[in-house]
Parts: sequence; structure tokens; C-alpha cells
Amino acid sequence: MRWMWIDRIVELVPRQKMVAIKNVSLAEEHLHDHFAADAKRGLAALPIMPASLILEGTAQTAGILVGHAEEFREKVILAKINRAEIHREATPGTTLRYTATIERMDGAGASTKCVIELFDFAAAAGFVEIGQVEMMFSHLDQNMGGAGKTGEAFPEHNFVFGEGFKTLLRTSGIAVP
Amino acid sequence: MTRDEIFLKVRDVLVDALAVDDEEVTETASLINDLGAESIDFLDIVFKLEQSFAIKIAQGELFPEGVTQDPKFVKDGIVTADGLVAMKAKLPHVDFSNFESDPRISKVASVFTVATIVKFIEGKLAKR
Repeated sequence: MRWMWIDRIVELVPRQKMVAIKNVSLAEEHLHDHFAADAKRGLAALPIMPASLILEGTAQTAGILVGHAEEFREKVILAKINRAEIHREATPGTTLRYTATIERMDGAGASTKCVIELFDFAAAAGFVEIGQVEMMFSHLDQNMGGAGKTGEAFPEHNFVFGEGFKTLLRTSGIAVP
Repeated sequence: MTRDEIFLKVRDVLVDALAVDDEEVTETASLINDLGAESIDFLDIVFKLEQSFAIKIAQGELFPEGVTQDPKFVKDGIVTADGLVAMKAKLPHVDFSNFESDPRISKVASVFTVATIVKFIEGKLAKR
């Protein structure tokens, strides 16, 4: 099973926008290493959601949006992160919300933008924007595989959208093709 | 829009898409060899040009698709005469004059320069 970095899709406007949430929990093992206490340096543990995994969550959100546009027929892969900014830490007990939008899309791929927001239950501010990511997705078979392309061989089945994605779609109330 | 104005906008697109400095984007700079463009960057460049100039660019219109991978047009790593005819027909904005004397497929990247894009945009805007 693929490691999913979003918990639920809460809104989907096909070909335009998808919103997903990720609850940050102290039960997640990686938070104990990121960052563990360092007795030698006198540093206490500092559990925060790694920015790289926040990026993965935004990529999964935008990637599903792009894949859904063609009913998951295309193998949608993250090809480029044009820009990424995250300017606040996400600590256990907070909720991240990723709002991905398709800026431009054609047969070869898509350009997307994703806004990252944080909900802190201890604050009264509601969701607060903490970052933005711009990403490009490639339709793998249209650019690399298949006849007339570079001749790279990829499996016929759509290995990008596997069981993990299907479960997420189903538990979010979205029809699985 | 003058050619200089087009160049400046193209330069902004390339600086943004390829994370290069303004001064690296010269008319003769090769997108791949000098500016480090990779395959996905071409899609990015096309999208950004569409936005910047408010134009539509069809898939394969600015950069080639299929020709260089077609065994009819490439033999033993060299673009055939038929291949050159096909490329010229598909890409009228590209200057193939230097490439014709040494049509190795490995050299094809050098024909896609900043000037290629400027000329392409000039043509698109003239048709509006």
C-alpha cells in the first residue's frame, strides 16, 4: 500500500479544484524522530510535521485532482516543483488543509497550485494560510512511454493510482472508477 | 508588440520556468544545452507563454513531438532527409540551417534556442 499523506478529500470540483485534509498526530512515528531530543546538545524533542511530507501531501492532493480529470486513465506523475513555500510549523494536534487548483492542463500534463492552511485548535483564528506550492504533473504515457515517444516501457496498469488512492477516494465519498 | 518587447517577456518566462538569471537568457542560448531545460520544462514553458501572451499553443506546435522518435525519420542516430523535411514542415519557426550540415539526433537540442521561441511568438501574434 502506498503511504498516504492526506486523510480525507473534503471537496472536489472536477478539473478545477480539490481540497484535502491531513491531521497531524503524535501517534505518527516519524514525528518522534523529527526531531528527537538531543541530550548531548541539551535539546528537547521537537515533533513537527516534516515539510517534505507536507509537500508530498500537496502533491497527492493535486495529483488526484489531475488524475480524476481523465478518470484515472493517465499515469499522473509529479514532474516538477516550480515553487514551494512553507513558513510555519505544523505540530501534533493541528490539521493541515490543502487546496489544489489546476491552472492549465492539456494532453501532456498539468500545471497546478496548492495552498496550505493550518488549523490550530488552541487558537481562534480558524484555518490560516502557511504556504503555497506550484507543481507540474506529467501524463507519463503521453511523454515517455508508448509508440512515437521515447519508447520507454511502462506497465499497462495504472500503478500510480493504486489501492491506497482508491481507499482514500471511497472513504471520502468519491466514486472509484 | 515589438520584437524587443516579445524577447523581454519570453526572457521572464524562461527565468521563471528554468530558474536561470536574466543575463543567461540570450537570443542564441540553447534551451537544453545552455539553460538546462528538461522535458517537463517544455510543457511548463508552453503553459507560461500562453498565460503571458494570452495565446493558445497546441501540443507539439512549439516543440516537436514524435519526429525524432520515428524510425522513418531517424536512422543510426542521424536525421534522414525525410526527417528534416518533416521537422521543417512541423516547426517553421526553427532555424535548421546549422543542423542540416551535421544532422545527428544528439545535436537536435541545439536548434531550440531563445530566438526560436521569440520567432514563434512573433508568428502567433501576427496571426491574431
